[in-house]
Amino acid sequence: MSRAENGTPLVDIRNLSISFGGIKAVDNASIDLYPGEVVGLLGHNGAGKSTLIKILAGAYQADSGEIWINGEKAEINSPRDARDYNIETIYQTLALADNLDAASNLFLGREITNAYGMVDDARMEAETRKIMARLNPNFKKLKDPVSALSGGQRQSVAIARAVYFDAKIVIMDEPTAALGVHETQMVADLIGELKKQGLGIFLISHDTREMMELCDRVSVMKNGRMIGTERVEDVTEDDILSMIILGKNPRDQAA
Amino acid sequence: MTDTTNTDEQDPAQAEEGAIMRFMRATELDTRLLGMVAALLLIWVGFHFFGYFKNGFAAFLTPRNLWNLSVQTSSIGIMATGMVLVIVTRHIDLSVGSVLGFSAIVMGVLQVNILPEYLGLGHPLIWIIAVIAGILVGALVGSLHGFLIAYGGIPAFIVTLGGLLVWRGMAFLIARGETISPVDSTFALLGGGPYGAIGAVGSWIVGLGACAIIIFLAWRGRANRRLHGFKLRPMWAEYFMTGLACAVAIGATLLVNSYPWPKGIVRRYAAANDITVPEGGLFISHGFAIPVLILLAVGVLMTILMTRTRFGRYVFAIGGNPEAAKLAGINTEWMTVKIFALMGGLAGLSAVVASARLGSATNALGTLDELYVIAAAVIGGTSLSGGIGTIYGAILGALVMQSLQTGMVLIGFDAAMQQVVVGTVLVLAVYLDNKYRGATK
Ligand SMILES: Nc1ncnc2c1ncn2[C@@H]1O[C@H](COP(=O)(O)OP(=O)(O)OP(=O)(O)O)[C@@H](O)[C@H]1O
Ligand SMILES: [Mg+2]
Repeated sequence: MSRAENGTPLVDIRNLSISFGGIKAVDNASIDLYPGEVVGLLGHNGAGKSTLIKILAGAYQADSGEIWINGEKAEINSPRDARDYNIETIYQTLALADNLDAASNLFLGREITNAYGMVDDARMEAETRKIMARLNPNFKKLKDPVSALSGGQRQSVAIARAVYFDAKIVIMDEPTAALGVHETQMVADLIGELKKQGLGIFLISHDTREMMELCDRVSVMKNGRMIGTERVEDVTEDDILSMIILGKNPRDQAA
Repeated sequence: MTDTTNTDEQDPAQAEEGAIMRFMRATELDTRLLGMVAALLLIWVGFHFFGYFKNGFAAFLTPRNLWNLSVQTSSIGIMATGMVLVIVTRHIDLSVGSVLGFSAIVMGVLQVNILPEYLGLGHPLIWIIAVIAGILVGALVGSLHGFLIAYGGIPAFIVTLGGLLVWRGMAFLIARGETISPVDSTFALLGGGPYGAIGAVGSWIVGLGACAIIIFLAWRGRANRRLHGFKLRPMWAEYFMTGLACAVAIGATLLVNSYPWPKGIVRRYAAANDITVPEGGLFISHGFAIPVLILLAVGVLMTILMTRTRFGRYVFAIGGNPEAAKLAGINTEWMTVKIFALMGGLAGLSAVVASARLGSATNALGTLDELYVIAAAVIGGTSLSGGIGTIYGAILGALVMQSLQTGMVLIGFDAAMQQVVVGTVLVLAVYLDNKYRGATK
């Protein structure tokens, strides 16, 4: 029932499953993503959204299923592998080292080094200043450990990581959950900008209205299963809500 | 209504801050470093005058005592730098004292029983092979511990508690409890003593060389800040900090050069080298002891490792948030193996210094050292909850511990009293540190 799209998908996730102990956290889930597209993932707490995208990000290894990137089968066994496919992830838990400053976090695992292989803190700080000036001009606390930052400021560090390293595929797990109105708008603008540059974005959120605005398509998960994927212009907010609650796609029954 | 809570950049408190705060900000001096130096000076002056009033002579602040203090600090100090990495990554190593003993015994057997047989007694390669073997043994033991912790999923506390027993026992088994001596004569120089120090000229080279490096680093740091358009420190602050650091280096040189060789050794040395000792005696300076230079070199290299390399960055990242480190693509398990291997290697190096100083290897060498090493790191500001710690702090911590120990011996406290004091100071230091951290948050 998937619609005809032009060209090969940027990401094509096919029949992924993973279980923790007895729980099937993700159960035979498939989803795809095209360049310049935002695909939303919705569902109850514990539906398996974070787990699904963590497999794509290399944090978990699927028990079965395949991931295809740009029409080629991808082997993603670690966060490093995911990074090699230009996948950047902004985690729900904001994976930052609290004791390090913004620059160290932004470049964590990809430090700029000088000719002698020593980390070049001054250059990383300068680069951080530059990107922060673009993303969040109010960001001034470059020297402080990120534990001293507000939720929104921490969020912008995590987002800067995705933007700075020229991601092709960006995963955002509830990026606006901890943010005020102003910062939420900032993230929305950023998503629009990344989309224009032809990136593909997976966006997870519990805010159905926000998702209808930001996404091109939305997918609903329940108990690890993919209930359905719809273009936002084809459905109403109520349709989505009933998919989340009832766990079945009303349009399937209509057909 | 205007929002005043978000303008923390133009905090009015900043304008009103006192001269001291402005001074601290301009010089970027670390307050906890200052606190430790103050505590150290307090201990030194305290013991000096306590000895003066109680026993009638003040023996602490003498070149002789301070020189000995520096040598005695070396062994614990070397290991404390490694313990910083272990504790920063939220682990602990209880085995370092036993690994030191084991490593010392291996080196002892090698240079006393095995190598002379093949190379001949006093062969110049003996001490080199022994040192390399000692460090290697320590590193191998450490990597075994690290491997069990990282890939076996056994807590570091348990693995190294087991190691504490195992390696002490192995040290006994290898030598059947015997003391192995004497160590190779060149090897013995690594432990200090009149011959194991570099003399006045060598010390001036070290002291002035250190000064030159300090000035170069200050100059390059400033150039680098300018290159990236960062705010520069005021010039007076640069001069003050560079001057202070140089003064410490030159002061230390003057100090170690003002401690002369004992008369007996001068006489023997003069006789051996056909020098006639003049009327008032011959003044031959000790200069920096070799173990102290080893500690300084370790301190510099470890500081570079922790602050200037990816490895060091990852150590801190793992300590701050292991999950985030993993998600950033850091191989945290392999890092753990490397960190414990490094710790073990440093325990091996420490075994070189300790057994060279003693002139022999015994299976009891390094007993209880793990506690002093951990205490040194913690007093030096390494946080047991991970993520925070400095190399210089740990070395200063070792110096504080050793100063207490030495001071109490000088004023005649017995061993029991020493334990009470050292234990109390450790707990108090951590309490004060927690309070301090809470206050600056
Ligand atoms: N590391 C893990 N170990 C064991 N169970 C896990 C683990 N990670 C996730 N789970 C389980 O898998 C299921 C899906 O969790 P997941 O985090 O993917 O939900 P989610 O859809 O992201 O929910 P939320 O909206 O609350 O973030 C839950 O039942 C959760 O308890
Ligand atoms: Mg989630």
